[in-house]
Amino acid sequence: MHDAVSPLLLTNARLIDPASGHEQTGSLLLADGLIQALGPEAGEGAGGATVLDCAGKLVAPGLIDMQAFCGEPGAEYRETLKTASAAAAAGGVTTIICAPNTTPPIDDPAIVDFVLRRARDGASVRVHPAAALTKGLDGREMTEIGLLREAGAVAFSDGPHAITNAQVMRRLMMYARMFDALIMHHVQDPDLVGEGVMNEGEFASRLGLKGVPREAETVMLERDMRLVRLTGARYHAQIVSCADSIAIIRQAKADGLPVTAGTSINHLTLNENDVGAYRTFCRLSPPLRLEDDRMALVEAVADGTVDVIVSDHNPQDVETKRLTFTEAADGAIGLETMLSAGLRLVHAGQVSLARLLDAMSSRPAALLGLAGGRLAVGAPADLAVIDPDEPWVVDRYQLHSRSKNSPFDEARLTGRVTATIVAGRIVYEYR
Amino acid sequence: MSTEKPSPSKLFAFPHPHLLGIDGLSRPTIESLLDLAEEEVAISRQVEKKKSSLRGRTQINLFFEPSTRTQASFELAGKRLGADVMNMAVGNSSTKKGETLIDTAMTLNAMRPDIIVVRHHAAGAVHLLARKVDCAVINAGDGAHEHPTQALLDALTIRRNKGRIEGLVVAICGDILHSRVARSNMICLANLGARVRLVGPPTLLPPGIEGLGFETFTDMRAGLKDADIVMMLRLQRERMSGAFIPSQKEYYRYYGLDAEKLALARPDALVMHPGPMNRGVEISSEVADGAQSLIREQVEMGVAVRMAVLEALARRLPNH
Repeated sequence: MHDAVSPLLLTNARLIDPASGHEQTGSLLLADGLIQALGPEAGEGAGGATVLDCAGKLVAPGLIDMQAFCGEPGAEYRETLKTASAAAAAGGVTTIICAPNTTPPIDDPAIVDFVLRRARDGASVRVHPAAALTKGLDGREMTEIGLLREAGAVAFSDGPHAITNAQVMRRLMMYARMFDALIMHHVQDPDLVGEGVMNEGEFASRLGLKGVPREAETVMLERDMRLVRLTGARYHAQIVSCADSIAIIRQAKADGLPVTAGTSINHLTLNENDVGAYRTFCRLSPPLRLEDDRMALVEAVADGTVDVIVSDHNPQDVETKRLTFTEAADGAIGLETMLSAGLRLVHAGQVSLARLLDAMSSRPAALLGLAGGRLAVGAPADLAVIDPDEPWVVDRYQLHSRSKNSPFDEARLTGRVTATIVAGRIVYEYR
Repeated sequence: MSTEKPSPSKLFAFPHPHLLGIDGLSRPTIESLLDLAEEEVAISRQVEKKKSSLRGRTQINLFFEPSTRTQASFELAGKRLGADVMNMAVGNSSTKKGETLIDTAMTLNAMRPDIIVVRHHAAGAVHLLARKVDCAVINAGDGAHEHPTQALLDALTIRRNKGRIEGLVVAICGDILHSRVARSNMICLANLGARVRLVGPPTLLPPGIEGLGFETFTDMRAGLKDADIVMMLRLQRERMSGAFIPSQKEYYRYYGLDAEKLALARPDALVMHPGPMNRGVEISSEVADGAQSLIREQVEMGVAVRMAVLEALARRLPNH
């Protein structure tokens, strides 16, 4: 990724900078891994540069996915950094924050180093690990937050596990604050989740499945808000799934707490009815909720209460999904379809294009302290070229991930990434 | 024989390839199945209890969960129709239960059965299996989801004793949350025009069930008032140790059906139970064995209804 690349000139592009919302038509000159010039005159004096004619398509900062499980180490049969990055590149994602719940977990600086080396050798996009909050993800002893940061961890999370012990969480927040480290939390009380496998309510009762109440999320979230108030730690709720949680986040922000929230592309574009007749690809944690909750999430993304959209990419192989709904594993792949699915909200007029791209690039960059997520001179040359109107039908067997558990299989989507550039180098081209 | 006029149920064509649940069956379909079952009752009461509608057919009873009565009922039903019946009890000790399910389904499918009767501990398991095999599949109970033949036999029992189902008040009482019998029954009876009430402690009522249009009662006395049918459910012993209810004693006090509580229902109310009963937990022996009890008749209707379902599905099989 870092060896010399000849300069690249993108012409006839609709340039959109999500952070500022500024949009212009023109060219973009990339060299030495950075954006050197942009605008109507950027092409002048760019002789010798390779030209990529964008033919009026969108050029936006490459997406930054704050939550994706990439398989390494320990679950290479589900995904590798190489296959995950291929899926990411095909979805316009130029930076992956890989989840810490690997085997062994990313709870030691040596494992951060391992992941970064594996990514350097095999991944076509940038990879930054999120490290564990507690050793062995067991929710008891804190990890070496300082050393993990020095090794390259950009955020701290116990992946799909919640810290149930409030004293442990309080101390983690106090300690993490010293480093201004970002704590990302899976806000689900495991006792209230119990044996639940989908949203609690009428539909679960009809299917004879055990439900997960919204309170599994809101009880944990409200506790965390109290602890943030107490400690002042930078806190990010990984995925909120229901309207009640949005009210809690909105209030915390109004009170000036350093709190942000994310949601997954699945929760934004699907609801519990997609479970249908026990479709295990729609078994997620937190579960898909009601349409009212989904609409509230869309609105909260549009107004910025929910800051970030993640893919929550969670590859599962056939043997963990081709089971009864109760016995199947949680999770769906999403790196490759996140943007296209998100464009549904743009086409429906519910979220502006700039805000959608902001939630998938600029906001994550700001929270994680990364240089990407901007279209500006001096910013990294990480870009997605997007045709927002190209219709296509998802075929899970055509997706690049090693696992095929896509809830969008056979979905009709409008808009797709036609090229992805990382550090000035084209890593993906459609057709 | 040839001069005999065909009965209406001879002309009945079941519109589904499988019987996976009551949900999705139309009222005429349910009523036609019950009509057909009436004929099977007559057959079952003859000395010669044999028909030939399933002659040459292979029926496999695949039970992932132990069952004595349902399996025996399906076995007898198949044999009375002339099928070759094989019982398979599959242990569920391994952790990869689902894998066993699909592997077993594929293996059995290769043996070319005509009908598979399945019971499994997970909701939706029978749907999953039905997608993997070529033959007709009957759900004999999947987790807390459905147990359609139980609902049909209950409907038949009620219809025979009350002459109708439309307009009756049916109180289903007990552990509704974990009960597939309750789920199938409430859908079936509501479809046939009964007023269905669900009675149980709040911890054993399914969340959101009011949204499906059923009246719920946590006070059993109020729930039984003016009921025509009192349908009791079995309470699993593992639910009684504090997680859902504090004790067997307290449960029996508030939700056990005894003569005193039954007196709150209509004087001609009838009592049902899918079995096996926990006497002294959800029902007193006095009531279970009393004049208002239909519990033994339910068992007889079970065989007849299963014969009707087997025959209805067999009519759809190729080369008939």
